[in-house]
Amino acid sequence: MIANKMKIQPEVLEAVVIRFVGDSGDGMQLTGTQFSDTSAMFGNDIATFPNYPSEIRAPQGSLYGVSGFQVHIGSVEVSTPGDSVDLLVAMNPAALKTNLYALKPGHTLIVDTDSFNKKNLEKAEYTTNPLEDGSLENFRVIEVDMTSLTKEALKDVAGLDNKTISRSKNMFSLGMVYWMYNRSLEHTIDFFNKKFKSKPSLIEANTKVLNAGYYFAETLELIPNSYTISPAKMEAGTYRIIMGNTATAWGFLAAAEKSGLELFLGSYPITPATDILHELVKHKHFGVKAFQAEDEIAGVTSAIGAAFAGDLAITTTSGPGLALKGEAIGLAIMTELPLVIVNVQRGGPSTGLPTKTEQSDLLQAMYGRNGESPVIVIAASTPANCFNFAYEASRIALEHMTPVILLTDGYIANGSAPWKIKTVSEMPNIKNNKITEVKENWHPYDRDEKTLARNWAVPGTPGLEHRIGGLEKDAVTGNISYEPMNHEKMTVIREEKIDRVKFNIPDLETEFASEGDLLVIGWGGTYGSLHSAVKQINEEGYKKIGYAHFNYINPMPKNTEAILSKFKKIVVCELNSGQFASILKIKHSQFEFLQFNKIQGLPFANNDLIQKFKELV
Amino acid sequence: METTTEKKYTSKDFTSDQEVRWCPGCDDYVILRTMQKVLPEMGVARENVVFVSGIGCSSRFPYYINTYGIHSIHGRAPGIASGVKLANPNLSVWIATGDGDAMAIGGNHFIHVLRRNIDLNIILFNNEIYGLTKGQFSPTSLIGQKTKSSPYGNTQPPFSPGELALGAQARFFARVGGGSPKEMGQIFTEAHQFKGTSLIEVLQNCVIFNDGCFNHITDKEVKDDKQIYLEHGKPMIFGKNRDKGLVLKGLKLETVTIGENGITQEDLLVHNAKEKDPTLHYMLVRMEYPLAVGVIRSFDDVTLEEREDALTAQVKANSSFTKTDDLFFSGETYEVK
Repeated sequence: MIANKMKIQPEVLEAVVIRFVGDSGDGMQLTGTQFSDTSAMFGNDIATFPNYPSEIRAPQGSLYGVSGFQVHIGSVEVSTPGDSVDLLVAMNPAALKTNLYALKPGHTLIVDTDSFNKKNLEKAEYTTNPLEDGSLENFRVIEVDMTSLTKEALKDVAGLDNKTISRSKNMFSLGMVYWMYNRSLEHTIDFFNKKFKSKPSLIEANTKVLNAGYYFAETLELIPNSYTISPAKMEAGTYRIIMGNTATAWGFLAAAEKSGLELFLGSYPITPATDILHELVKHKHFGVKAFQAEDEIAGVTSAIGAAFAGDLAITTTSGPGLALKGEAIGLAIMTELPLVIVNVQRGGPSTGLPTKTEQSDLLQAMYGRNGESPVIVIAASTPANCFNFAYEASRIALEHMTPVILLTDGYIANGSAPWKIKTVSEMPNIKNNKITEVKENWHPYDRDEKTLARNWAVPGTPGLEHRIGGLEKDAVTGNISYEPMNHEKMTVIREEKIDRVKFNIPDLETEFASEGDLLVIGWGGTYGSLHSAVKQINEEGYKKIGYAHFNYINPMPKNTEAILSKFKKIVVCELNSGQFASILKIKHSQFEFLQFNKIQGLPFANNDLIQKFKELV
Repeated sequence: METTTEKKYTSKDFTSDQEVRWCPGCDDYVILRTMQKVLPEMGVARENVVFVSGIGCSSRFPYYINTYGIHSIHGRAPGIASGVKLANPNLSVWIATGDGDAMAIGGNHFIHVLRRNIDLNIILFNNEIYGLTKGQFSPTSLIGQKTKSSPYGNTQPPFSPGELALGAQARFFARVGGGSPKEMGQIFTEAHQFKGTSLIEVLQNCVIFNDGCFNHITDKEVKDDKQIYLEHGKPMIFGKNRDKGLVLKGLKLETVTIGENGITQEDLLVHNAKEKDPTLHYMLVRMEYPLAVGVIRSFDDVTLEEREDALTAQVKANSSFTKTDDLFFSGETYEVK
């Protein structure tokens, strides 16, 4: 039978979306990560997204205890984790019930039949067994007694308890999927060797089960063929798979090293931003000072203190935390200190949807403070470029002596993708405004003529002792001033200072068409969805649709108006009810901005975008 | 660690060019002058001193001292000061705060800064009233106290700052009357020398909104009988005639008179500010008459910076990473050709 199967030529595919789902204890994150890493090392472009329950230990087999990991791999450019899936691996009834909606009709479903017992079916609220009642007839169902086969594979391995045996069944499913997509087991076996270095029985057990799954798939007549996804054309270089939050943390590490400053993080745990804190606390070897504060406010105020004392200071949070930090950000604006605030956006308002993505903190970032308090706002757009924008936020804060809010979101923060590793020497230089020389008539609010950034005299510098604070400052001396004209003057200076940042950022670019019928506008974490939708519609022959993605929100690139004027129609697509559109309407009121919005805690679906764009042209 | 300097300063070196704008007769002037008097004697370079404040009358303090300073937002001075100190442990960092700033709006930061034991000094100007907002009750105002926001009398029971501080694991707590510059100066110096977070409660009279609130214990005529000035290693003795003292009876402190009932000085408690167990310090801060002043607790403990430094050194010694490129190229990477 084996010889017979070997003759089949694998079918070549451009891209495929696979979702592994199971109980939180089934090891689906590990299974998905192993598959995506192996594929990336094979040369595919990839994008992944984990989806796990917010309950820490949800009851086994329950609908809300389902954990999933989706991966999109391709021989072509892959820019999102994908909407609907080509292969669904479901380890129990609850996982099937909560994920079947995503499987494309006619496509493959692999299930562990052993888990479809009465108890688990009841927990998943199935009244009849879906494997028997005909409800899956539109799919190609591969039923595998995965738990029994795993036990069988491990019957000769000594020293394993039942729990360990049943927890290995995820490797059986991984082995099967590796065979289906013509992948080598080498990377995963290497992983076992490293991970279980001190427990040889676990190396043996996992390797056996992985192999068992692989050979089972090979010999199984139910799997009609296997597939090949060739390596993608990617820029040459050294890559690694990186998660958005890790990339953000690493961008700050690089900025600190490049600027020669020490990195200080003041933070308070909040989903989905906490992984940035988790990452930065590891790096004491670089001298990173990561301070877990008693609350969001102490997170930002400790960072302001560190900025006053001369560190590259950052604070990380998500929506509700940004609300708490508002007053302190105003202080950093008033004292004109460099500070980066990261907001990994989630669904709001209030506690909202902590584990779901949304772009609804844009107006909060822009305006969520008392008084006229302009702040620089930039947004990362992919898991990998979180690195660039964390670096960029640091550069701008230091060069312009003012707070910068960096917006990411749950989607790109938890998603992962290949990152062509940047060395610190490749990154742009970062200047800062530190001074040590004592000049006659020196004042703390003396400014750079070009940028209007004030100078940065840090404690410990002899002769430059001075006091700053939240009260309005005299434009010349920096002393407290309640003088009416001075306040107006300082308000204008603070605004003008932010506006001039546009001379220190890149121009806006368009993709696919630089003029034409329709300009699709996006910002932040929707890049992958919008880019692939506009690309697809162009390939379908709609050549006059262009795409402009904003990473710089305040100020906007200086050529924004020139680009807007090249298109007959403009549609602004956002995961909120139109916040960026409202800013564009204020700043570029001569244009009409159409909107496409989604507020479901989910990313855009490709088909919805395509349909909308077709309607508009 | 803070470095010392040989530079010679006078109080003028620590006086800024800003006009002081507190009400005439306010105890804040005493605190300011005392600070300007003792700072030159601390052996710390002026550029290495940072004053941080929040909001309130007391929080104008940094503007008047010619060092580095930051006048921040209401209640948040501990966060800012912690960031300053962690960024540059060489700095001598002081917080000027009030009862409302520290214990109402900033209560959370206040307890956590004490718990962590970063080497900072906090001067708590306690006048049992909100001054800058013109006379509302504060978290230390007394029950029944009539203020602008409690015209029929305050109904909210007060905090005792010392009790709160010891509950939050303060290692250094001192108390002093606003009209006692000599003792105040001594305490400021001890607080500076103490390694860890020191909290000094100053009983500060507000001449406008709560005038005379501490007269019953700070007035010259009654001061010696109503206060006991505690000094480490010395017997707990007080009184105009130095004939009264404290003994422990059961679980309570009791005032006794030397020469009465066979009591001699040897029977009195000897103050041990350095004791780790805060039980007796707690009794002392709760005592109403005589009111304990001086350095009540001064327990040497490891600071947060010391713990962090030790960990950092350990991590650095065990790590092969010296620059970020080492991290970026570590672990699982792959080549695309």
